[in-house]
Amino acid sequence: MKKQVSLSKEYLKGVWENNPILIQLLGLCPTLAVTVSAINGLAMGLAATFVLVMSSLLISSIRKIIPNQIRIASFIVIIATFVTVVDLVMKAKFPDLSKALGPFIPLIVVNCVILGRQEAFASKNNPGRAFLDAVGMGTGFTIALLVLGGIREIIGSRTFFGLQVLPDQYEPWLIMILPAGAFLTLGLLLGISNMYTDRKKRTEHESIIAHYKRVGREDIAEQLEVK
Amino acid sequence: MTTETTAEPKQKVYFDLTTSPHLHSKWSTAKVMWFVNIALAPSVAAAIVFFGIYQAIIMVTAVAFAVGTEAAVQSVRKKQVTWFDGSAALTGLLLALTLPPNFSLSATAIGSVVAIGLGKQIFGGLGYNIFNPALVGRAFLQAAFPVQITTWTQPNFAVDGITSATPLAALKFDKILTETSSMAIGNVGGSLGETSAAAVLVGGIFLIVVGIVNWRIPLSMIIGMIVFGGIFWFINPDNPTPVFHIFAGSFLFGAMFMATDWVTSPITNKGMWMFGLGISLILVIIRIFGGLPEGVMYSILFMNAFVPLINRYTTPWVFGAIKAEKKNE
Repeated sequence: MKKQVSLSKEYLKGVWENNPILIQLLGLCPTLAVTVSAINGLAMGLAATFVLVMSSLLISSIRKIIPNQIRIASFIVIIATFVTVVDLVMKAKFPDLSKALGPFIPLIVVNCVILGRQEAFASKNNPGRAFLDAVGMGTGFTIALLVLGGIREIIGSRTFFGLQVLPDQYEPWLIMILPAGAFLTLGLLLGISNMYTDRKKRTEHESIIAHYKRVGREDIAEQLEVK
Repeated sequence: MTTETTAEPKQKVYFDLTTSPHLHSKWSTAKVMWFVNIALAPSVAAAIVFFGIYQAIIMVTAVAFAVGTEAAVQSVRKKQVTWFDGSAALTGLLLALTLPPNFSLSATAIGSVVAIGLGKQIFGGLGYNIFNPALVGRAFLQAAFPVQITTWTQPNFAVDGITSATPLAALKFDKILTETSSMAIGNVGGSLGETSAAAVLVGGIFLIVVGIVNWRIPLSMIIGMIVFGGIFWFINPDNPTPVFHIFAGSFLFGAMFMATDWVTSPITNKGMWMFGLGISLILVIIRIFGGLPEGVMYSILFMNAFVPLINRYTTPWVFGAIKAEKKNE
């Protein structure tokens, strides 16, 4: 029998422990390319979240009538529909942002976070869970892009959301708004998140050992310690 | 009481077992690094003579931050702290010598931190880095502060009429050819360590004589420069002569101190020839066709990336081993 996961966990897993950028390393192309500023990162994240949530809902509702053989093609058609919506809305309402993000808005169609969630989750679960999962993944994606864009904008052009936060004496590091800066920042972020995860695992491991020692099973504790 | 002293110690004893041959080298890491630091003394002296005492402060800053970063990263990673082996100090000094005169101290410090942190320690420390750490730091600074790092100050004894541009920039953008004699002494614009070819050669030949630097890498770079630079000069005499190529910019400095880094150069003799010739070929292409006037840094970094491939390709056959095709016959 399949283990039922609680609804809050369904949402939270995308934010941290299964974060699409920091843990799954999916959808890195827009992540690296558009995050020259915090606003770009936020806009990209929200646009992808919208597409992810809407297509997850729709695909999950009609999952039983999609033939298995052509499911990928069906997913792509549905995703492309919502991407077109986002693209046209952004062109009409935020022309500057649309220009800044350039081809990366249409390219959400092939973002592997979105297709991955449809294939792995939405096509196997009911709409409620699919919605929570999509919102969680979208939140995690948006947060990662926002942090990446924010760091790069502050160091690379001494502003945050267009407001100057560092004094004029500070010489902006041009490299941070070049592609190299994206790779460096993402690499360091991944390093920090791995360090945090490792530390959490180690403390958990140590608490298990302490538990076995407390109940008097030194043999098991010793075995775990070697590992 | 007595039982405690006679009881066998519960401590486990480990032995490091390796197969023969057990070679003993007269060189320790620290000794090599400090020798290279000494070999840079003529270049340091030339930099201070030609560009003023402020350059000494740049070098001290670079070395201090390099050593500090090394110690900090190693203590955070709970590794043995080895800042005193001179490798971090050497990276800092090499980085400082590739910077332009009167470079800002804060940017120098950033360069040092990046060189040690991202160029060396992130790969696992000394011996594990793919790219020359000093050049990684310099490349970072080049990308981060492109204006500052190409602002050249005139040397103290500059001949009137020579602009403060480097000989290569002067040639590329203004079509002014600098005299080779000025470039050999170092009385031209350029980075701290690169301007005086004579000082670099003194240090480099010292390293070759004591046996730290393998002569194949500098020689193959110079031969490569004569051949490839000569070909382009032969095709179009407007291109600089091979002699100009060798004395201009940081070619000699790169050949003697940067390309010969033990960690990031090939281990086989044949590989060293390929490495040196490759650097020269890429360098000539960058200098003649590229948008930048100088490309020693990028060509060395580029060939650094090929070192594992070169090593694998040029590994000699184990004595007695048979080639795979022969075995199949």
